[in-house]
Amino acid sequence: MNKIRTVITALLLVSLPLSCWSAGLSREQIKGLDEQVQDIKKDVLAISAELQLLEEKLLYPSTSQVSLFVSMSKEEGYSPDAVQITLDGKKVAYHIYSFKEVDALRRGGVQRIFTGNIQSGNHQLDVSVIGKKGGSKTSRKITYTINKGVGPKLIEISLGSGSSAIKILDQ
Amino acid sequence: MSHRIIIFLSIFFSAIVYAENKNTNNKDLFFNEGLYYAYQEQYFDAISKIDAELGQYYGLDEPELNSLHFYLNHAEFSIGDFELYYRMHNRAGRAIKSVLEGNVDDEIRNGAVYRLAKIYHQKQQPINALHTIESSKGKIPDKIKYDFELLKAQIYISNGRFQDAIKILSKIENVSAVDGYASYNLAIAYIGNNEIEKGILQLDTAGQISSSDKYVLGLRDKANLVLGYKLMENKQPYRAKKYFDRIRINGPFSNKALLGSGWASVADEVPKKAIVPWTILSKRNVTDQSVQEVLLGLPFAYGKLEAHGRAAILYGNALETYSKELERLDSSIKSIREGKFLEAVVREESRQDKNWLINLRNLPDTPETHYLMTMLASNDFQESLKNYFDLDDLQKKVSSWDGYLDSYTEVIAQRQNYYTPIFPAMQEKFRLLDSRMKLRLEQRNKISERLNKMLIAPRPDYLAKVNERIVLNNLYAIEKKYTTGKKPLPQSVQARINRLKGAIQWNIETEYQERFTQADKNLRLLNTHVDKLDENYRSFVRTRQAATQSFMGYADQINQLKNRIRFADEKIKLLLARQGHMLELMSIKELSNRRKRIEELQIKARFSIAESYDRALKKQQNIELEKDKAKALLIQEAAEAEDIYQRALKKQKLEQEKIQNNKEKLKAEEVQDKEEKNEGDK
Repeated sequence: MNKIRTVITALLLVSLPLSCWSAGLSREQIKGLDEQVQDIKKDVLAISAELQLLEEKLLYPSTSQVSLFVSMSKEEGYSPDAVQITLDGKKVAYHIYSFKEVDALRRGGVQRIFTGNIQSGNHQLDVSVIGKKGGSKTSRKITYTINKGVGPKLIEISLGSGSSAIKILDQ
Repeated sequence: MSHRIIIFLSIFFSAIVYAENKNTNNKDLFFNEGLYYAYQEQYFDAISKIDAELGQYYGLDEPELNSLHFYLNHAEFSIGDFELYYRMHNRAGRAIKSVLEGNVDDEIRNGAVYRLAKIYHQKQQPINALHTIESSKGKIPDKIKYDFELLKAQIYISNGRFQDAIKILSKIENVSAVDGYASYNLAIAYIGNNEIEKGILQLDTAGQISSSDKYVLGLRDKANLVLGYKLMENKQPYRAKKYFDRIRINGPFSNKALLGSGWASVADEVPKKAIVPWTILSKRNVTDQSVQEVLLGLPFAYGKLEAHGRAAILYGNALETYSKELERLDSSIKSIREGKFLEAVVREESRQDKNWLINLRNLPDTPETHYLMTMLASNDFQESLKNYFDLDDLQKKVSSWDGYLDSYTEVIAQRQNYYTPIFPAMQEKFRLLDSRMKLRLEQRNKISERLNKMLIAPRPDYLAKVNERIVLNNLYAIEKKYTTGKKPLPQSVQARINRLKGAIQWNIETEYQERFTQADKNLRLLNTHVDKLDENYRSFVRTRQAATQSFMGYADQINQLKNRIRFADEKIKLLLARQGHMLELMSIKELSNRRKRIEELQIKARFSIAESYDRALKKQQNIELEKDKAKALLIQEAAEAEDIYQRALKKQKLEQEKIQNNKEKLKAEEVQDKEEKNEGDK
C-alpha cells in the first residue's frame, strides 16, 4: 500500500512539472531543481558521514582497530607503482597506483590502505613497494613491529626517494 | 641587560617555532585522507570523510588533544571549498561566509571571495556576485590578483556598471596574465557604455593580439567576429570583410566568419568574392547552422552573377540536404523521447572522456549530437548534466548502503547469538573475582597505610613473623589457661614463658629495621603485581564493554539510517527522473529550434529555386529569340544577297549580251564597212 502511494506521489510530482515544461523551460525551474539536487546531496553526505562512524564503531572498535596509511614525500624523483602489505605474514593489502593517485599523494593526500582488527601485543608488519626512480625500476621492503595497545593504532607508511625510502611513523 | 632580554626572547620564540613545527609535522591522517580524495576530484568522498572527522572532533571531551585541532580552520575551510567544487554553492556559500566572517588572513578570505563571486557570476546571479566581490578587503593573493580584477570588471558589466568596468580593465589591459580577456571585455564595456567607436577600436585591438594560447586565439577570433557583424549592422560591409577574413580558417568561429565574409562581399555588391568562402563553407559539416545557411547563400551569389542555371542546381541540392537533415532531426528527437540519449549520456566511458558528446556519434542508436553542440556549451545544460551525473552516482551509492546495513544487522545478530548465552556465567565469575580483588586491594592499602604510620611511630610488633606470632599466641594461651584456675603458675614455668617471650621480643625489636625494609620491598613488589592485576581488570572490563557494545544499542540507529536511506533513495529517483527529463526537453527544444530554422530555409530554397528556374528559362528564351532574330536577319541578308547576286548576274548577263550585241553590231558594221569599201573599190 505504501509502495503504491509512493509511486502515485512520484508520478504526480513528475507529471506536474512536465505540464509546465511542455510550455518551455524557465530559469526558475532550472534553479529550483538545482537547489533540490543540492539539498539531496547534503542529506546523502550526512548519511555517508554517519555510516562511516557506524562502520568504524561496529566493525573496527578502538580496542582492536589498526589502520595503515600511505603517504609520500613531495620529491619529484620517485613514483610508486604498487604496494603490498602483510601483517603477521598474512597479505592484508595490495594496491596499484594510478597517475591521479600518485599526484594526490605527492600533494599531501594520505591513502588509508587498510583498516582491520588485531589483538593487543606485538605484530609484524611487512611493506614492499615497487616504483620508479629517475626512469629505473626500484623495489623496496621494510619490516616493522607494531605494538598494539588499548587504543586504536594508526601507522603511517611514508614513501620517498631519500636515503630512508620507506619510513614507518607510529602514531 | 638588553642582551639578556634579546637572548631570552630569541629562545622563547625559537621554542614557539619548534612547538609549531612539531605540531604541524604531526599531520591528521584522517583529514589528509579527505584531501587525498579531493586531489583526485572525488569530492563526495572528500567531504564525507572530513565531515566524519570533524563530527568526531567536536564530540571529544578534550578536542585540543586531537591532531585535527591544529588543522581545524583548514578543515572547515576545505569542506566549504570542496562543496563549491561539488556544486553545492548554497551550502558552500554558508561555509565560505563563515570563513569570510571568521578571523582569518586577508589572502585566504579574498581567495574565498573570488571563488564564491565566480560561482554567483556563473550561475547568473549578478547582484550576489557584486555583493560578494565588493566584500573583499586587504591583500589579494598574488596567484589570482589579475583574475580577481577581471572577474570584478565582468561582474560590473553584468550589473550595467560599465564605467567602473572600464576603469579596471583599462589598467589591466596589457597584463599578460589576462591578455585578450581584458581587452575583449573592455570593448564590450565601451559598447555597453554607448561609446561605439571606442568599442570598435578596442575590438580591433583585441582582434590583433598575438598569442600561442588557444583560448586567447579563440577570444581574438570572437573579437573579430563581433566587430565584423557590428560593422555589417552599421552598413559598412567593406570594413566588415577585413575582420571576417582575420579569423582563423580552422578556429571555432571559422564557419560564422566564412558566412559573414560572403555576406559582406554580397552587401558590398561584389558577389564574385563571396563564391570562394561560401564554397569552402558549403563543403563542411552540414549539421552546422552556418553551413546550412550558406547552402542558400552560395546559389544566391551565383544568381547575382547571372549564373541562374548553376544557382538553380545548388538550390536543388540545398533542398535535398534540408530534407535529409529534417529526417535526421526527426529521428534524433524520436531517439531522445525513447530515452536513448540519457542512456548514452550515463555510460561510464562517456564520463571519462571530455569529448564524450562528440563520441556519441559513433555509438549506435544515439541522436545526431552535432545539433546539440551549441546547447552543450550553455551553462544551464552543463550544470543540469553535471547534476544528472551526480544524482546517478548518489543513487548507486545509496543503493549499496542499504545492503551494508543489512550486513551490519546480520553481524550484530550473530554477535548477540554468541555472547548472550555465555554472558550470565561470565558475569557471575566476574562478580566473584571483582569482590575478591577489592578485598585484596583493601588489604594492600591497609598495609601501605600501616607502614607509612610506622615511619613516624615504629611498631615492631606489626612486623612479627608468622611463627613468632604463633609461639607468642601459644605462650599467651598457656598463661591464660593457668591463670583462670586462680592458681598462679609455678615460678619456673612463668620464668620460662617470660624468657621465651623476651627472646621473641628481642628478635622483633633488633630486626625491626631489617624487617621494615623487607616489608617495604615486599609492598613495592606487591604494587607491581597489583598494577598488573589492575591492567588485566581494566582490559577485562573493556573487553566486556566492547563485547556488549558490539551488538547492543545499534537497532535504533540502523533503523533510522535505513529510513533516511530509503527516503533519500526515493527522492534521488524522483530528482533523477526530473533532471533527465529536463535534459531531454532541453535537447528536444534545441533540435526543434534547429528543425524550425531548416524548415524556413527549405521554404526559402523552394521559392529561390522557382525564381532561378524562371530566370534561367527567361534567359534561355531570350537567347533563342536572339538566335531567331539573327537567323531571320541572316536569311534576309542571304535573300538580299541572292537578290543582289541575281541582279548582278542579270546585269552581268545583260551587259554581256549588250557587249555581244555590240560586238555583233561592230562586226556587222565592219562587214558592212568592208562591203562598202569593196563596193567602193569596185
